[in-house]
Amino acid sequence: MTSLSDILSQAASEIDAATDLAALDAVRVSYLGKKGQITARLKTLGSLPAEERSAAGQEINKAKQEVQASLNARREALETAALEARLAADAVDVTLPGRGTSIGGYHPVTRAMLRIEKIFKNAGFGVRSGPEIEDDFHNFTALNIPENHPARAMHDTFYFPGGNLLRTHTSPVQIRSIVEEGVPIKIIAPGRVYRCDSDQTHTPMFHQVEGLVIDEHISFAHLKAVLHQFVEAYFERKAELRFRPSYFPFTEPSAEVDVSWSEGKWLEILGCGMVHPNVLESAGVDSEKYTGYAFGIGIERLAMLRYGVTDLRTFFENDLRFLQQFR
Amino acid sequence: MKIAESWLREWVDPDLTTEELGHQLTMLGHEVDGIEFEGAGIEEVVIAEVVECGKHPDADKLSVCKVSDGSGELIDIVCGAPNVRQGMKTPLAKPGVKLPNGMKLRKAKIRGVVSNGMLCSAVEIGLGDESDGIMELPADAEVGKPLIEYLNLPDTIFDLDLTPNRGDCFSVLGIARDVSALTGATLKEAAVHPVAASIDAAHPVELVEPAACPRFAGRVIRGIDPTAKSPVWMVEHLRRAGLRGISPVVDVTNFVMLELGQPLHAYDAALLAGPIRPRLATTGEKVTLLDEKEVELRDDTVIITDDSGPIGIAGIMGGLSTAVTDETTDVFFEAAFWPQDFMAGRARNYGMHTDASLRFERGVDPEGQGRAVERATELLLDIAGGEAGPLDVQTAEEHLPKRDSIVLRKSRLAHLLGLKIDDAEVTRILESLQLKVSKTDAGWSVVPPSHRFDMQYEVDLIEEVARIHGYDSIPETTLAAQSPLETVTESRIDMERAAATLIGRDYQEIVTYSFIDPEANRRFTGIESELVLSNPISSELSVMRASLWPGMVAAAAANMARQQDRVRFFEASRSYHGTLGAHEEVVRLAGLATGPVAPEQWGCKAQNVDFFDIKADVEAVLALAGDSTDIEFAATEHAALQPGQAAEIRRGDDVIGIVGRLHPSLAKDYDLKKSVYVFELDADKALASKAPSIEPVSKFPAIRRDIAVVVDDKISAAELIEAVAGVAPELIRDVRIFDIYKGERIEAGRKSVAIGLILQETSRTLTDDDADTAMAAAIAKLEDKFAAELRD
Repeated sequence: MTSLSDILSQAASEIDAATDLAALDAVRVSYLGKKGQITARLKTLGSLPAEERSAAGQEINKAKQEVQASLNARREALETAALEARLAADAVDVTLPGRGTSIGGYHPVTRAMLRIEKIFKNAGFGVRSGPEIEDDFHNFTALNIPENHPARAMHDTFYFPGGNLLRTHTSPVQIRSIVEEGVPIKIIAPGRVYRCDSDQTHTPMFHQVEGLVIDEHISFAHLKAVLHQFVEAYFERKAELRFRPSYFPFTEPSAEVDVSWSEGKWLEILGCGMVHPNVLESAGVDSEKYTGYAFGIGIERLAMLRYGVTDLRTFFENDLRFLQQFR
Repeated sequence: MKIAESWLREWVDPDLTTEELGHQLTMLGHEVDGIEFEGAGIEEVVIAEVVECGKHPDADKLSVCKVSDGSGELIDIVCGAPNVRQGMKTPLAKPGVKLPNGMKLRKAKIRGVVSNGMLCSAVEIGLGDESDGIMELPADAEVGKPLIEYLNLPDTIFDLDLTPNRGDCFSVLGIARDVSALTGATLKEAAVHPVAASIDAAHPVELVEPAACPRFAGRVIRGIDPTAKSPVWMVEHLRRAGLRGISPVVDVTNFVMLELGQPLHAYDAALLAGPIRPRLATTGEKVTLLDEKEVELRDDTVIITDDSGPIGIAGIMGGLSTAVTDETTDVFFEAAFWPQDFMAGRARNYGMHTDASLRFERGVDPEGQGRAVERATELLLDIAGGEAGPLDVQTAEEHLPKRDSIVLRKSRLAHLLGLKIDDAEVTRILESLQLKVSKTDAGWSVVPPSHRFDMQYEVDLIEEVARIHGYDSIPETTLAAQSPLETVTESRIDMERAAATLIGRDYQEIVTYSFIDPEANRRFTGIESELVLSNPISSELSVMRASLWPGMVAAAAANMARQQDRVRFFEASRSYHGTLGAHEEVVRLAGLATGPVAPEQWGCKAQNVDFFDIKADVEAVLALAGDSTDIEFAATEHAALQPGQAAEIRRGDDVIGIVGRLHPSLAKDYDLKKSVYVFELDADKALASKAPSIEPVSKFPAIRRDIAVVVDDKISAAELIEAVAGVAPELIRDVRIFDIYKGERIEAGRKSVAIGLILQETSRTLTDDDADTAMAAAIAKLEDKFAAELRD
């Protein structure tokens, strides 16, 4: 009969040799199963003399526990290995792109417009809009540009039969807003404007933001401050501003504003001035009591400077390869 | 307006460099738009005379010349200019000289003949934009002298962008006045000398319509030499201002206009028939102008007439019948004051734009007519001889502009500028601008000079003070006032948020023109728009769009043509409706999707966008507005959409948008190969919202029950859902369709619809019995209303 120690050492080597859980279970059955070798030994206990039984029983049980412990250890090792193998099989190439849809983006003009709106909203400006198909009164007459005024010729206006027109600037919103809300007023009015002009530096449609502030004590010094702060907020850098005398019928004094980031190089960015008393009066405001400033910013111009766009027409070609750069 | 620095300095000569002068002009409000340097790089070009000139033996178009440069030795030169001839004086560039255009001259053989330099055209030496041969210099030009010395070069030409309010600056005098005011340099007005009459010849002028012509200065000059030539200095002055020399009489009128700002006209006095009478034209009268075009006149136009009828349009162009020619010996000069009211817009009405009309429209000095004629007389007598009659100035005083005094208050000045300027400085500035100034307790009372049409209000003076004092001196003051806070409404969703939703779903915003092709507008909307521009850029951009789709589809097609296979666009902007008298502008949110649902990627089957993909995008936008239970999609027909794949989006009775597949025939016309889906929402209606009003969340579990029914194919999902939800509205929280099946085992013309119901109570746990009862009711309703058969 094989000695218990031989069985143990044989079991140990078979447990070590088992490479998967099924094989290990077979080993368990062959030693500890109903017909296993160690189980068989236990069954022989009854045939032993009574005085040997206790010692032999203890010995067999010890062997049984030893085998069970080895089996457990091996099982744990095999399970860990199996899990690791399974996880290894599940590994992905983390460099593959993510699935699903991508995102779109705003048109650069809108992007610039939204930033401009935000800057002024933060300073308490309300945002207003007005019609694009305007009448002569709001686009010209109320803005101190009477019929036959030379400034009209410079506006290259699109007309409709009957005398209505496409607004040439966002300034008519000044008049409409004052009449509707009264003064004091502090607003901007972004939107589309139109000029009958089309070449490399002109498109027949473009965008402006009008600004208007009227109160009892508004001065040119306030205008200079707000525009300087605006330019630095928009471009996110210190800038030098140059206010140059100019002429708009609806403001006086009027100025064109140039900006510079490097010595001696000036870029024209907007027009502005103090609201002309005739404009205030035509909107029903006491021009003795109230003064105000107004400005008009070309949005494409600011977008071009900000984003390095060199051809105005690009904005209206809607080429995805251009637009997608503004995501 | 082009103005040469040299001419300006004849009138005012401030201690400024050219660059500083340009800067000061800009800061005066006369923006320097461009600067040209003339005569730079031609220092070595000399005046030469063609001594001999013969044909080249081997080339018809070339001449072989011997040229004198004053050194004594004749120079061989082959010249290709058609106008080269013996005795001609012309600029010469010898070998070694480098011209402004970069050309460096070398000794050369041209078709076998030696050429030691080049006779130059104006273009080659940077003194003109065009030429029809080499530059011909007057006979008095001194051979061997450097050309720049003879022509008084180099010079700088400022191109000024004059503002429309400063008609008084359309002249050397006008700019000089402003420069003098700014810099304090003396203005040399003395350049005009009255010329005494040597004969008593005069031509009668009758101011029959004095409102239209309150002043007319005329003068007869007899016996000028018709062969006289304008001196080179005058031609150079004209050239640098952008005008060509023509003849002494014409050159003199142009010169005086450029110098003093008063346009003049010269008649051949011998061709005038009877008194000159300026008056308004009658409709249909005709006149042939100097440019030989016949013009039919409007009755708002001032004309000059004599006994023969119209002989010119006032302030725009003279007539051909009385024009000076190269045989004219007797001249009648006209310098009139045509008020702006009679000039504004008139030239444009005839499609014309002349140097004279430009000035009169913006206003000329009503006191400047006599002076201009004096100056013209002085110059013409110098150049072409002749005898001058007396200066005759007819004036209708009562029709001349009145200059009232304007009050300028110290307080207003400081208030508007946000800057306190010394009284003495203000007085100095006003006087420097030639205003008559009296000091008052509150400030100043001033009378502007006759040439300043732009001064009428106090604010005009404030601007002048600021302009001369310098805008730079005005401080920056931040407004301290608290602005009232504005409402942030929840009654509508911001367009920015709707746009962000589409951007998150991979839509790219575009901006397209508001005006489009009328045919496209009609095809996409089925409507003929009344909103047609009178003066469009082109017919393709002539009608206000009634839909954003035409521009969007065209943009998509352009991108597809550039090898994009997937395009998803949106635009948030207006469409235009109604009539010319009563139009409406509606803010739209429109979108387009074509090509694969998702960008090409691994692990997903590429699938092209269909109706339900774009519908989901629309629903996502609509969902921003909160409760969307009252929104329905109803099958519809639309001019631009494929029948059977078009839905009107309604909220209650309001149509808030439309979605569908672009009609294949339209897609084909735009060369779009893949199916294109589009939507368009009325933003005001679609984005209307309200602040959420919250119901308590049920603490009790929900029960889900599913059924499948077979119904006629024509029964819509919306009808089924509505019917099911209606049987126990207090219990049924949601009804969803989770499968549609047609085909095998389903009768043709019918479909199987799988419906899931979510049942829940807020006050108790539902029992199976509750659910069974509701389901039974739902099934009964479907059977009853749609002849539905329950599937197992």
